[in-house]
Amino acid sequence: MKPLLSVKHLTMQFGGLRAVQDFNLELQVGELVGLIGPNGAGKTTVFNMLTGVYEPSEGTIELEREGQTEVISGLPPHKITRKGLARTFQNIRLFKSMTVWENVAVARHFTVPYNLAQGIFRLPPFRKVEEDVRREIQDLLAIFKIDHKADWRAANLPYGEQRKLEIVRAMASRPSVLLLDEPAAGMNPQETLQLMDLIRFVKDEYKLTVLLIEHDMNLVMGICERLLVLDYGRTIAQGLPAEIRSNPVVIKAYLGEDAVHA
Amino acid sequence: MRIFKNLSLLGGLGIGLFVILWALISTNVIDDYSLQILCMAGLNIMVGLSLNLISGYTGQLALGHAGFLAIGAYSTGILLIAHVPLPLAIFSGALITAAFGFLIGFPALRLRGDYLAIVTLGVGEIVRVLIINLGDLTGGASGLRNIPGFAQNIMVNNPAAFLWIFPAMFLSVALVANLIQSSHGRTLISIREDEVASQAMGVNIFGMKLMSFTVSAFIAGLAGALYAPFIGYLAPGGFDFLRSVFFVIVVVLGGMGSLTGTVLSGLGLTFLQEALRSNAKAWGTAVTGLFGGGNAINLDPMSQVLFGLILVLLMIFRPEGLLGTKELRLTQMFRRGAR
Repeated sequence: MKPLLSVKHLTMQFGGLRAVQDFNLELQVGELVGLIGPNGAGKTTVFNMLTGVYEPSEGTIELEREGQTEVISGLPPHKITRKGLARTFQNIRLFKSMTVWENVAVARHFTVPYNLAQGIFRLPPFRKVEEDVRREIQDLLAIFKIDHKADWRAANLPYGEQRKLEIVRAMASRPSVLLLDEPAAGMNPQETLQLMDLIRFVKDEYKLTVLLIEHDMNLVMGICERLLVLDYGRTIAQGLPAEIRSNPVVIKAYLGEDAVHA
Repeated sequence: MRIFKNLSLLGGLGIGLFVILWALISTNVIDDYSLQILCMAGLNIMVGLSLNLISGYTGQLALGHAGFLAIGAYSTGILLIAHVPLPLAIFSGALITAAFGFLIGFPALRLRGDYLAIVTLGVGEIVRVLIINLGDLTGGASGLRNIPGFAQNIMVNNPAAFLWIFPAMFLSVALVANLIQSSHGRTLISIREDEVASQAMGVNIFGMKLMSFTVSAFIAGLAGALYAPFIGYLAPGGFDFLRSVFFVIVVVLGGMGSLTGTVLSGLGLTFLQEALRSNAKAWGTAVTGLFGGGNAINLDPMSQVLFGLILVLLMIFRPEGLLGTKELRLTQMFRRGAR
């Protein structure tokens, strides 16, 4: 089967520093893949290239969309999102002073079928579309059980729900691939368990393909079907969680030379 | 939904206010002098609204709105002198300013934060210097004279101006309010909140900023276009950096991201400025009188000092402005009153 997302020979050069070197990845539809590695290994750089924040120095990123293969590397971030790659952020980036439903509505904007003039002069289909959007978002929020807080300011949500709202917001752009950048950062074990359920739920419910960066090994080993390990910008290992756990190269990268022989 | 209720309310409020003010004007309760200041307040509110759109809602600090005002005013003034009909001249003035805003915004909005502020400041000054140096077209430093007014008879020019300025101001409030409360408006606010997240959600942030800046230029240009036939005489000195700063004060005092705040502070500051100006002369004469007469000292610049003081106090005690990002809502007031 043709992969949904294929990344070939991706390299990111910052002046003299190769942050990521020859990164390759193929994601099949419905896969849940984890990207791990020590601090500074280049994980977030890979995410930033995938989402268009950085333009890769070398390599291509291709996305299968409506039966066609499209090259998405080099496109600006908003165009990549519109093609079906949505992301969350390591340090939460909600629109803090906006309400919960407005946060989600921003991600729906590019599919809103009225133009600026129709918006300003309140011409049809403005009213109907606004009501539809609001209802749709309310339904989406209900699925994630935060619909009762739709009119809260995002900044007032508890931490765990802010993380959740980031995922809901990304979902609203109707992605085919969801990229999660350290979704469990700052969560307690209880919240992490809930998050694992949530990720499994969105993946199954929306037949999504998920790529996630994570430091929390319980989460990674618990839900990922396949792992890639980065160290100093190179892919040092990939395979099933069980294989990675016992891979001496990975243990060395995380814990140092001695740990392998210990 | 709340938005639609507010809209019809806004329309009703506008017509009601208009009728009351017009009654007061025709019965001379509001005299010609007060009316002139009221019209000036209307224009200042319009520029305040336009600045609030780009700076308060979209989060892009602009310091050159006096330049937009000048372009609108001079374009319309020149067209009026060339006997272009009044409505066409006013509309053209606003459109020319919008086009200018688009052209400036195209390179400038690729810059972020402080850099955009510096560029807009520079552009505002360039506009003023250009006006001074394009003497054949603009009258240069001595100004553009004898611009035809709203009325043939100069004695009724102020009431005629009011008939234009008040509806224009109200339409500007409605325009910005409608824009903000649409999907496009939500993306503007999301840009203010977090640009990176906004573009990651599929928002074309450059395009939306450019749209916001162009609409902002249009409204400021419209205010300028109305200013030309209202005052009848344009001098480049009136469109300097201090004027731009005045508009920033209007927006900051009212609250970045509050339309009703801008309306209130625009009205208040215009009257305060005028009070300071007229009283400064009297105080100046009084002070020189103490020292045996002679020429009155000009204390007008003291108003700038007081404005500075207001701004400093505001930043210390209420940095979010009078209303912050809240709006005064009539429905709210009624609800509170009913309790």
